[in-house]
Amino acid sequence: MLERIEAIRAEAAGAVEGAGGSAELEELRVRYLGRKAELTSVLRGIAELPQEERGPVGGAANRARTELEALLEASAERLGASELESQLVTDRVDVTLPGAPPRPVGHPHLIARTTRLIEDTMVGLGYHVAEGPEIEHDYYNFTALNHPPGHPARMLQDTFYVQSHPDVLLRTHTSPMQVRSMEAKPPPIFVVVPGKVYRRDSDATHSPMFHQVEGLAIAAGLTLADLQGTLLAMCRALFGGDRELRLRPHFFPFTEPSVEVDVSCFQCGGSGELEGGERCNLCKGQGWIEILGAGMVDPNVLGFVEPHGYDPEQVQGFAFGIGVERVAMLRHGVPDLRRFFDNDVRMLEQFS
Amino acid sequence: MRVPYSWLREYCDPGMEPAALADRLVMTGTEVERIETVGPPSAEGFVVGKVVACEKHPKADRLSACTVDTGDGERPIVCGAPNVAAGQTVAVALPGATMPNGMKLRKAKLRGLPSEGMILAADELEVGEDHDGIMVLDDQLAAGTPLGEVMPLGEAVLEIEVTPNRSDCFGVHGVAREVHAISGAPLADDPWAEDAPADGDGEASDYASVAVEVPELCPRFTARVFTDVEIGPSPLWLQARLAAAGQRPINNVVDITNYVMLLTAQPLHAFDLDEVPGGELIVRTAGAGEKMTTLDGVERSFDAETVLVCDRNGPSGIAGIMGGQVSEVSAKTTRVLLEVACWNGTNILRTSRMLGLRSEASARFEKQLHPELCLRAQRIASRLLVELCGARMVPGTIDVAAEAPEPRRLTLRAARVGGLLGMTISQDEQRTYLERLGFAAEPEGEDLRVTVPPDRHYDVAREVDLIEEVARVHGIDEHLPTTLPATGEAVGGLSREQRLRRRAEDGLRDLGFDQVVGWSFTDPGEAERLRIPAGDARATPVLLANPLSEEQSAMRTTLLGSLLDIAARNVARGAGDLSLFESARVYLDGEGEFAGDRPSPVAEPHRLAAIGVGSLSQRSWRGGGEAADFFALKGIVEALARGLGAEVAFSPAEEPFLHPGRSAAVAVAGAPIGWLGEVHPLVCRAWDLDAAAAFELDLAPLAAAATLGEETYEDVTTFPAVYQDLAVVVPAAKPASAVREAILGAGGDLLQAAEVFDLYEGEQVGEGNKSLALNLEFRAPDRTLTDEEVAGLRDRIKAKLDEIGGTLRE
Repeated sequence: MLERIEAIRAEAAGAVEGAGGSAELEELRVRYLGRKAELTSVLRGIAELPQEERGPVGGAANRARTELEALLEASAERLGASELESQLVTDRVDVTLPGAPPRPVGHPHLIARTTRLIEDTMVGLGYHVAEGPEIEHDYYNFTALNHPPGHPARMLQDTFYVQSHPDVLLRTHTSPMQVRSMEAKPPPIFVVVPGKVYRRDSDATHSPMFHQVEGLAIAAGLTLADLQGTLLAMCRALFGGDRELRLRPHFFPFTEPSVEVDVSCFQCGGSGELEGGERCNLCKGQGWIEILGAGMVDPNVLGFVEPHGYDPEQVQGFAFGIGVERVAMLRHGVPDLRRFFDNDVRMLEQFS
Repeated sequence: MRVPYSWLREYCDPGMEPAALADRLVMTGTEVERIETVGPPSAEGFVVGKVVACEKHPKADRLSACTVDTGDGERPIVCGAPNVAAGQTVAVALPGATMPNGMKLRKAKLRGLPSEGMILAADELEVGEDHDGIMVLDDQLAAGTPLGEVMPLGEAVLEIEVTPNRSDCFGVHGVAREVHAISGAPLADDPWAEDAPADGDGEASDYASVAVEVPELCPRFTARVFTDVEIGPSPLWLQARLAAAGQRPINNVVDITNYVMLLTAQPLHAFDLDEVPGGELIVRTAGAGEKMTTLDGVERSFDAETVLVCDRNGPSGIAGIMGGQVSEVSAKTTRVLLEVACWNGTNILRTSRMLGLRSEASARFEKQLHPELCLRAQRIASRLLVELCGARMVPGTIDVAAEAPEPRRLTLRAARVGGLLGMTISQDEQRTYLERLGFAAEPEGEDLRVTVPPDRHYDVAREVDLIEEVARVHGIDEHLPTTLPATGEAVGGLSREQRLRRRAEDGLRDLGFDQVVGWSFTDPGEAERLRIPAGDARATPVLLANPLSEEQSAMRTTLLGSLLDIAARNVARGAGDLSLFESARVYLDGEGEFAGDRPSPVAEPHRLAAIGVGSLSQRSWRGGGEAADFFALKGIVEALARGLGAEVAFSPAEEPFLHPGRSAAVAVAGAPIGWLGEVHPLVCRAWDLDAAAAFELDLAPLAAAATLGEETYEDVTTFPAVYQDLAVVVPAAKPASAVREAILGAGGDLLQAAEVFDLYEGEQVGEGNKSLALNLEFRAPDRTLTDEEVAGLRDRIKAKLDEIGGTLRE
């Protein structure tokens, strides 16, 4: 019996060594170690052997079995590795084909993106964002902003009016929200008002529809110096940390004193000259770029909301209005206002 | 306003270069748009010459061969002017002189004859427009006299943009006072201080009368009469000044009225008194259909608010805007009536706009001038008429005036100045600035009692206006500190709806959509192109009374129109696939919800809308490129809603502009918030598009339904879920949502989700049927579900499906 076991072991070991593939190996495993294999029946029949044979035969059979199992496993590993290798070799792709396109992300409109930038800057300075109607009462757009009845801006040439109501118009600035905001909330008030505005003008530098962000701050003791600090912070956020401001006295009906605000040119650094001595084309050699209008809120305006807690002797403040298109044009070199409303995807996709 | 620098310096010489003065002016509130040099850049090479001899050029009929004494000797000059003649005193440019256009003059030969210079016409020096002939100068001038001593050459002109409140700066003298204020340089005596001698015959009222029927529109009308007027060209210095200021010289009388207007900002008008029958002038409003031909040769008709200056036969001039041809001063005029009046600014502005006629006079009157200014202008003009036209002034001034406004007296509180500006300006400084500007200022303790001069009456009416004056003269740029508000609201921020709107916009962008900004305007025909029927509210947009064009005359009631416009434009430019969205308002009948006491006149709901053209996914060698159809856009709406944590429902619904079988209403919490669908083929055709799908949603209800940011934790780890798939055969017409709702209803609380993941129609399920495959998720929050529990639920689902005509495929 022991010889037989050794013969099976030797035969099987030789066969496993010589096996050429994992399928053949599986076949050998079934033949030598399967349920119907001779070695298996030897082990199964041990109980029927005489007492003294049981130990040696059982031991030999188990050793043979363990040895064969180990041998099979080693061969399987060896064969599997080489088979995988040859399989991978045939399983090639053309790596030069384009990758599977993910859905490309869309693009924000430059006006929306610029508006958010201004909003976020002002939110950081403690302002809320308020939004008002675009179709507005004459009262909020002009009267309560200290425009006298015959003021040129009120003329049909400059302002769009609604057919059915002679006193209803398309707001010409975001400023009507000044009085609306003050009606809705007692001081202190710190708001910015983004939105569309409309003026009856259409050429390369005027669009009948454009966008503004209004700022309004009213509290006790606010000063023109505070306006300067606020605008400096905003302009630095928009145009760079080393920008400087210049306030030039001007005239607006709803602020007094009024100023126009220039920011130092961010292309030439305010020198008006580019490297090489050329005149800076952005500021036209001035070193300054006009960027917004502002001023201390006129007491007449506060007079319209005095019953809401805005006594011009008690509270004061400032307002400003900045053109979103102008900021976007300056920041991104857009040459013509009308491009913003053309919505050519070839332009839209330039800005992420 | 063009201010010739030499003219300005006659009243206040700041002792600085024009560019330096311009910088100062700009920083104190007077915008200088540019500095222009009128005439040659340098006076060098321009002299007075005497034409010694003048003969026809032998080879050219139109040229003359002249010999000119230019002080340094005689030289040959070929001249093309018809009026050149021997004996004339003329202006000569010598070789080496630079002409205004930059050309440098050289010795030359003209048709064979040598020419060493050029005899000048007025326009060649930019001292006038005359090019019909050379300028003939005063014979008293010696040959060789530098021309710069005779007339201004190389005149710097400051071009000033006057803000509407500063009517005084529409005159050179007003600008001079401003220069005085900001520089401290002395201001000359008022040019109106001295009047002309009145040595004419009789009294002004013997010659003329004025009746003002509309005193509220004509607060003052003054008139003087001049006899023995000799009409002729103005002296060169006057012509040159007018030319530099941008006015064409006409004749001495008209030039004087223009000159005085440019000096004082007060317009004047000269009548040929002999063309005013009986010397009778009547100021009244126009009658219906009344017409007149103005000085510019245009016949104009007036409305009932137009104020006219009339003679007894009819209109003789439009008040404050332009005179009429009937009484125009001409070569034969000998008697002049000089009108200096004050008009209602608002009325002048209105009439000027109505007529489309803006003049130098109306531009000043529309700012509202003070009645006091009339006599200033009368006095200066009278002196010039006497000096330059040989006129005799008839004694007396006809003066029809309503009551003049009281001078304003204001208190300027010291505390208020610093308190508003955030910088200190001493009382002495305040007083100095105000007095230089023409105000009277008397200290009263720390404060100042201020009287406003007439030419600032309408501009400076309150303490705050005085604060502005002292601030700007003091120098805001130079002195203002930079601070941030010490008080304020502690935190700023966006409202929840604003945050959610940003999230929605970002979501659409992340889903591949490009954001567009369309016009709020549309044309009234858009509704028809969108097949919106007449009764629909969207077919009756808010219309503009004064649109720029018919295409921009209505306010949009849907974002779809402009999305289609933009898509069509891009397709025409060669774009294939388009995914576009807009986040903007539409304008509908109703009231808007905005801050403020008065509701907004129109409802302005904020909408999110998107359009897909071609495919939303990119074609590649692996596939993709599926059409942007109903389900493509529905997937976007679902993803958008998921991003906000809002639950949206879809139900079949028709819109006139959508494919009737491929359109749905979108709802949150049972209320409709918009539509979704494939655009109707006829609508696509109207926009030249092959196909498109789109949606439009109201933002407010979507945001209100959003749970984003308000979610609470749900335990999903302690007790595992049981997942099962289910295939249901139902009649093809049965909506998937009905099947899903039936399953969810039967599954109860333990059925957490049931999502359709497959659709099959074909032989295996029989004609007229479809099979839906759903994935079910069962979970209990407090225990692990047993197989028996799930089996029980599945039986209930089966029974429920039976009720709606569905059978489970096992």
